[in-house]
Amino acid sequence: MEYFLSEEQKMICELARRIAEEKIKPVREHYDETEEFPWPIVQELAKVDLCGVYIPEEYGGTGGGVFELCLAVEELCKIDGGIALVLAATALATFPIMLFGNEEQKKKYLPDDAAGKKLAAFALTESGAGSDATAIQTAAKKEGDSYILNGTKCFITNGGEAQIYIVIAMTDKTKGSRGASAFIVEKDTHGFSFGKKEKKMGIRGSATRELIFNECKIPQDNLLGREGQGFIIALKTFDVSRPGVAAQALGIAAGALEDAINYSRERVQFGQSISSFQAIQHLLADMATEVEASRALIYATARMIDNDPKIRVTKEAAMCKLLASDVAMKVTTDAVQVYGGYGYMREYPMEKRMRDAKITQIYEGTNQVMRNEIALALIKEAARAKK
Amino acid sequence: MNFIVCIKQVPGTTEVKIDPKTNTLIREGVESIVNPFDSYAIEEGLRLKERIGGKVTVISMGPPQAESALREALSMGCDEAILLTDPAFAGSDTLATSYTLACGIGKIGEFDLVICGKQAIDGDTAQVGPGIAEKLGVPAITYVKKIEEINETRIKVERMMEEGYEVIETGLPALITVVKEINEPRLPSLKGMVRARKAEIHMWKASDIACEKSRIGQAGSPTIVNRIFSPSPRKGGEILVGDPEEQAQKLVDKLRQARVI
Repeated sequence: MEYFLSEEQKMICELARRIAEEKIKPVREHYDETEEFPWPIVQELAKVDLCGVYIPEEYGGTGGGVFELCLAVEELCKIDGGIALVLAATALATFPIMLFGNEEQKKKYLPDDAAGKKLAAFALTESGAGSDATAIQTAAKKEGDSYILNGTKCFITNGGEAQIYIVIAMTDKTKGSRGASAFIVEKDTHGFSFGKKEKKMGIRGSATRELIFNECKIPQDNLLGREGQGFIIALKTFDVSRPGVAAQALGIAAGALEDAINYSRERVQFGQSISSFQAIQHLLADMATEVEASRALIYATARMIDNDPKIRVTKEAAMCKLLASDVAMKVTTDAVQVYGGYGYMREYPMEKRMRDAKITQIYEGTNQVMRNEIALALIKEAARAKK
Repeated sequence: MNFIVCIKQVPGTTEVKIDPKTNTLIREGVESIVNPFDSYAIEEGLRLKERIGGKVTVISMGPPQAESALREALSMGCDEAILLTDPAFAGSDTLATSYTLACGIGKIGEFDLVICGKQAIDGDTAQVGPGIAEKLGVPAITYVKKIEEINETRIKVERMMEEGYEVIETGLPALITVVKEINEPRLPSLKGMVRARKAEIHMWKASDIACEKSRIGQAGSPTIVNRIFSPSPRKGGEILVGDPEEQAQKLVDKLRQARVI
């Protein structure tokens, strides 16, 4: 489908495709097997300016927005759905600074993110607070001109590798969901350490780690927005970051589809290529239709966000993530089916895509939470229309 | 220091088709790329600039569409780009091409080092680099795999040989041609691509570069191409069957028959 991308957007796609093909494809198996962190790829992305595609030019980026981020993530994920997270997860923790940071904070942190010198990570989840984010226990106590953080965050993408962490902590437990605040915590801050590194089913080239705060003292200047704004910051961040996760799912699915089509044309059974069988053709047709539908929804939502940052996009962002991740799971499963026995073997890139796809139905809000948010928005909209 | 990189736009395949009537390459329908060996030349120019400072100018001779090759060089970080383009240049062989490029370099003015790829993947002659040096009256070092030292007046390089390498030192200005072992070319950057899209490519015609008409294009090209063809692929060999002893016997018989042993 023609999406009428600008020249610069086409350049982003071309560059991301080249990085994926030339730099990531030869090593994707390595990172999946070893679970090492792909620092050399971070450097490659940085060198070609792909780390700053969504960051304004005045802060060292190339001045694009959510759409540009989605394009880059999609292309990278066609080849590897895990490695691209160095970019997508950094964006997740950079958006709150872009949206709620003051000028000093933006000047201090955005240029390094844009240049790929530093990675960032967003820390909300705790062992007892997943979908129920308001149950977080990590606390921040004001002491003079500092805050003292105590608590443990888990499943943090880029954890241990990132330099900059956005941490949501309770500043006033009595206020419930209005008692949380967002903080910028730098790696190497005294009292901030890392717990176990998770062993995962997929996206194994991405680091997922526990963050431990033990009497961790941070300057009050590192408060993001105002006290009590923590969950608002988190929710607004998800509104702009979820299309990025959706783009990750889209890329995984699109890569699987592309490979499945090519494979079906080469694989011969009963004396003909399996692409000549209607059973395979219909599978491919459904996969392609669903991939294109995800893409259209993601692109439209990303353009909506970039054209008017004031429009509420909670519903659309949730729809993107819901649709694209469910499609990715289905399409990668079907792509393995097209590959047959070979699809199940780790020698081929297909089973990995299926493993990588699964997480997109879970993180940045489970798809069950996505449905809750969509339904809530629908009901609110209807109620507002009645008034 | 001033570095000049010579590049050529070539078809993005090594299986070029030849027009049987004109004996020239059929370029229609084939994607054009920067000659891969020239990418190493661009990269080396950029690395020298990063190492010791200066300016990298990239120059090419070709039809107007060769502009896209120069834009790629700019997107990688070259400072300026010049395209020598004129219907009068058409039909140039390696002699006329090196003369024309030398005239173009003459117009650029001062330079310290000219860098070329060792050869183009379409013609494979490896003649243009040394040809330019000859016309410019500067030393040429071919097949450079490493620049060991360079300063305002001298350059010391490693020149790749079939077995081992030579270390050669010469005064500047000079010309080198580089092999793929010298570096790994960078990808263009997004900012570079945006800059390159807007950048001006200097288009110089024959009348701009003080060249003699008899030495450019077809007139300046003594090479006559009678026929171009791909050698027919080697036929499949004969596979000897049987147990090892039998196979060995058959092999020895064959070799004797062929009077090899």
